[in-house]
Amino acid sequence: MPTPSRYWREIPQRYRFEANQCTKCQAKFFPPRLICPECKNKELEETKIEEKGKLLTYTIIRVPPHQYVDQAPFAVGIVELDDGVKLTGQIVDCDFDDLKIGMRLKLEFRKVYQEGDSGILCYGYKFVPD
Amino acid sequence: MQGIVGYGAYIPRNRIKVEEIAKVWGADAPSYKRGLMLEEKSVPSPDQDTITMSVEASKNALKRAKIDPAEIGAVYIGSESHPYAVKPSGTVLAEALGATPEAHTADFEFACKAGTEGMYVALSLVKADEIKYGLAVGADTSQGAPGDALEYSAAAGAASFIFGKENIVAKAIETYAYMTDTPDFWRREYQYYPQHGGRFTGDPAYFKHITGAAKGIMDKAGMKPADFDYVIFHQPNGKFPFRVGKMLGFQKEQIEPGWLVNLLGNTYSGSSPLGLTSTLDISKSGDMILIVSYGSGAGSDAFIFEVTDRIDEVRDLAPKTRDVLENNRNYLEYGEYAKFRHKIKKAD
Repeated sequence: MPTPSRYWREIPQRYRFEANQCTKCQAKFFPPRLICPECKNKELEETKIEEKGKLLTYTIIRVPPHQYVDQAPFAVGIVELDDGVKLTGQIVDCDFDDLKIGMRLKLEFRKVYQEGDSGILCYGYKFVPD
Repeated sequence: MQGIVGYGAYIPRNRIKVEEIAKVWGADAPSYKRGLMLEEKSVPSPDQDTITMSVEASKNALKRAKIDPAEIGAVYIGSESHPYAVKPSGTVLAEALGATPEAHTADFEFACKAGTEGMYVALSLVKADEIKYGLAVGADTSQGAPGDALEYSAAAGAASFIFGKENIVAKAIETYAYMTDTPDFWRREYQYYPQHGGRFTGDPAYFKHITGAAKGIMDKAGMKPADFDYVIFHQPNGKFPFRVGKMLGFQKEQIEPGWLVNLLGNTYSGSSPLGLTSTLDISKSGDMILIVSYGSGAGSDAFIFEVTDRIDEVRDLAPKTRDVLENNRNYLEYGEYAKFRHKIKKAD
């Protein structure tokens, strides 16, 4: 999320989890797509992803990109939401020893990143234990 | 009749004990614990601030209100720790809830009473039929200077209320505001930590304004302390709410359900609003509740609410405040706390 304009474009997804769904094959897309890559249908309807799911896999980041150095070490996981969408995100408020494949997680609104001491604050979702 | 249609709370899981802070500064922990009636306080993680806590508290309020967020006509956050000096907090909250673009948004500041200020205005706009629903949050990630008495109490938390005229959980029976210019606590522009007037924050500040507002609203409503089931006063430490309650003629039992400060600390703009959420959690239809905030500078807002039978329907739709306060706690050492609160100066 390096610039205000790019951050701003992603607000519907990062704040409100807005997605869309193919009206023909029911495939769900997050972020939304203009054309369904499965059946090439152009009619997609607005929806949202589920805010809860289960942990499929995770890793611990100990050498992060420079803007995340203060947060390290931290967990990043792939979570299968209750609607089947698979989402990657940081997992917080959970000791590493308590991370278990299959555990229930939910999305929570957090500060993801800040642009140095004077740039914008970038908010979005992280996973926390449900 | 206007009133609360939904309410929600959010408290970070991190805590630090009085002993841990006292150890670093060579202070006597038992005398602080006895003097302030504090055991521990909440601490925000580096990725939590007034905005993130406001969003989570408001999502809990929406779960209880069961309304379409697009119908919210006003979104207010009261805080003395807005993350930006210039750029509103309320726009992020409104966007995250789905209340944009047709909403009036403002950030309030008035030391510890900024939260009830937002509540006062949102409720008044609903009463005037200017908006269908109004949302107001009291939230803070307050800072105390290292070693100062405030460091033992300055905490983090948020409480959110949605006001409307339909499906009310608690009817707003009366409102009242009382304020004077009293410089008991302040923070100048570009200063990191606030300053305070020590004992001057007591009698001419906290006690004068809370008793003034409490007596004023009871006179206006024709009520007396015995008419209330519960009362919530601002909680800068554990002792002050009980002392001001005694001065006004309230009993300990009326204060205790909303008294969270011994485990939570002083959440500033979130303090008395969080006390109201925990009181609503245990209230029943017909209960009368008085809440009186206090903000240095100085002033108090007072509200009288009467709980309706809808409370039984909505109570369990979101986490209860005392459950969140007493469970899932993560204790920090002072070093982690100092890092989390940006008290350590790093090389550029």
